[in-house]
Amino acid sequence: MSAVIKISKVSGTAIPVRGNDIDTDRIIPARYLKEVTFARMGEYPFYDERFDAEGKTKPHPFNDAKYKGASILFVNKNFGCGSSREHAPQALFRFGIKAIVGESFAAIFAGNCVMLGIPAVTLGEREMEELIRLAESASQTNFTLDLAAKKLSYGTDRSVSVGIPESSRKALLEGSWDSTAMLRANLDKAKTVAARLPYMTGFMG
Amino acid sequence: MAKSSGRTLYDKVWESHTVDILPTGQTQLFIGLHLIHEITTAPAFDMVRENGFDVAFPERTFATVDHIVPTDLRTRPFLDSQAEELTQALEKNVGEFGIEFFGLDSDSQGIVHVIGPQLGLTQPGMTLACGDSHTSTHGAFGTLAFGIGTSQVRDVLATQTLATDKLKVRRINVNGNLSDGVYAKDVILNIIRRLGVAGGKGFVYEYDGAVVDKMNMEERMTVCNMSIEGGALLGYVNPDATTFEFLKGRRFVPKGAGFERAVSYWSSIRSDPDARYDEVVNMDGSQIEPTVTWGINPGQAVGISEKLPLPEEFSDPEGARKAYQHMGWKPGSPILGTPINVAFVGSCTNSRLSDLRAAAKIAKGRKVHPGIRALVVPGSTGVKALAEKEGLHEIFTEAGFEWRAAGCSMCLAMNPDKLKGREICASSSNRNFIGRQGSPEGRTILMSPAMVAAAALNGKIVDVREYI
Ligand code: SF4
Repeated sequence: MSAVIKISKVSGTAIPVRGNDIDTDRIIPARYLKEVTFARMGEYPFYDERFDAEGKTKPHPFNDAKYKGASILFVNKNFGCGSSREHAPQALFRFGIKAIVGESFAAIFAGNCVMLGIPAVTLGEREMEELIRLAESASQTNFTLDLAAKKLSYGTDRSVSVGIPESSRKALLEGSWDSTAMLRANLDKAKTVAARLPYMTGFMG
Repeated sequence: MAKSSGRTLYDKVWESHTVDILPTGQTQLFIGLHLIHEITTAPAFDMVRENGFDVAFPERTFATVDHIVPTDLRTRPFLDSQAEELTQALEKNVGEFGIEFFGLDSDSQGIVHVIGPQLGLTQPGMTLACGDSHTSTHGAFGTLAFGIGTSQVRDVLATQTLATDKLKVRRINVNGNLSDGVYAKDVILNIIRRLGVAGGKGFVYEYDGAVVDKMNMEERMTVCNMSIEGGALLGYVNPDATTFEFLKGRRFVPKGAGFERAVSYWSSIRSDPDARYDEVVNMDGSQIEPTVTWGINPGQAVGISEKLPLPEEFSDPEGARKAYQHMGWKPGSPILGTPINVAFVGSCTNSRLSDLRAAAKIAKGRKVHPGIRALVVPGSTGVKALAEKEGLHEIFTEAGFEWRAAGCSMCLAMNPDKLKGREICASSSNRNFIGRQGSPEGRTILMSPAMVAAAALNGKIVDVREYI
């Protein structure tokens, strides 16, 4: 099993992608799901919004030099809805995104983020708008997400509280987000539970 | 007795499958059935191998190929080398770990959410996981069915369990009666329209009410299938006589005395009459008319006789404007009469025998409008065989539809079935997201299979009620 990696802080500049209900088909088009590994996913986030059919770039924050090197993604409501494809958070992560701040996230997407060690935290609509404007107008602003304190701080003395499901926060802080080892340790218990379920024996009585 | 009263099916199945409460506060749930396909699993198997694990319960995992398979020429190797590579990776993995596989040459091959129920693998009171968001489909049987990502597929392979948080339950009662020409698809589109594409966040949906009671299993699957489009991770219907009747005699369902015992277990996990819900929503099924989407998410839907809504009517006018910009339509104009280029009957939402029958009933003795490309893609090889037995393929081909082999096809266009350019597709699938059907500029209008057939015949969106 990979070493336990505890995630408590993410710092860096931010890249905003505006809009509600941005689905995972937009984050990564289905044709890139044909690859056998996630290795190249970092090349594809928002591909069809960033490039036209001839491969020419379109205006998009992910093409914008001023956001180069950003590690925190700012989004609006219900980000990551639709398909369960883990390729979506993989693509963002491999592009360089280490944390996502938004108004809300779709359930499967949020779960996938935790599994990859990406904190996805929430804020109110007004606060989000302010942060997005700040990132747009002063793209070199440094932000620090502190999971222990549940705060996003920036500038010299500013900070806002952020939300995250307690189980996700714990998993990230304690390094148990890579969950297989933890689950595998209970294999005997799982077998006991299975033995009690009537369908596991084909209802043999 | 008092102890067991007041619980929902969700509570009961959750409890009986709980392995442990994890240090994070999440519950570790045992997963009774794991379904896998070619797209989301290769890296999961790699991770299992790299960590030196085995597959904990290979006999509880079943595999098929659906997403990437061509639906016309199915000879191997596939023309698309990436499709071939992914399929081979799955074949290698199931061979290595001893997992039963319904491959291209199996008469049980098909869309994972179509074959699970068809084979009787999906059963009430079970937990089920699959690396696909439409796993919610299986909830039609009173199954807790989780759509998961690849890292969770790895967890289920290695441990047959999932770490997950318990959610709230919203009961949705669809009361009254559906009128002729109104289908399960219209019901779920209206639920999502009313509660929103993110409205189900944090909730499990329990569907009930006279309309759901009367639905057959295939209709219930259509409803549960799109729970995820409403933001609910799971949706389910309490199992009843309709459920038991459907399951009886299927390949993985016990026979004789075993079936009797199964029915008594299945009945015991129904929500108690006095079960407590976090929320209850009532809807009148008689108010629902044939419904189509006009935008870029499944909640952007209108009744066929309505006008396209104004952006200002929405809490997110900007989102509505973005949708209009993509679709190229004017708010306030009718959706009726909108021209289409492609018609697609298929997907895990609407590709079962009853869906094909409904479409065939409309197509029978009529002709696809000139210039329209119309596809019928059965959900499974088994559905295809049943449909052919009753001659549905002849009705379709005589009318000018292409009759294809089973797969996901134009639902997500990972195989050669794709929209081109700005084409508009009348589709019985579940997602009208930008680019979903294979062209970044392509446009999708979701509707019932009967409505798709009617649109194919007319080359434009029509009211199916005029054709029945
Ligand atoms: S038919 Fe469409 S929604 Fe269903 S499993 Fe296939 S790709 Fe996913």
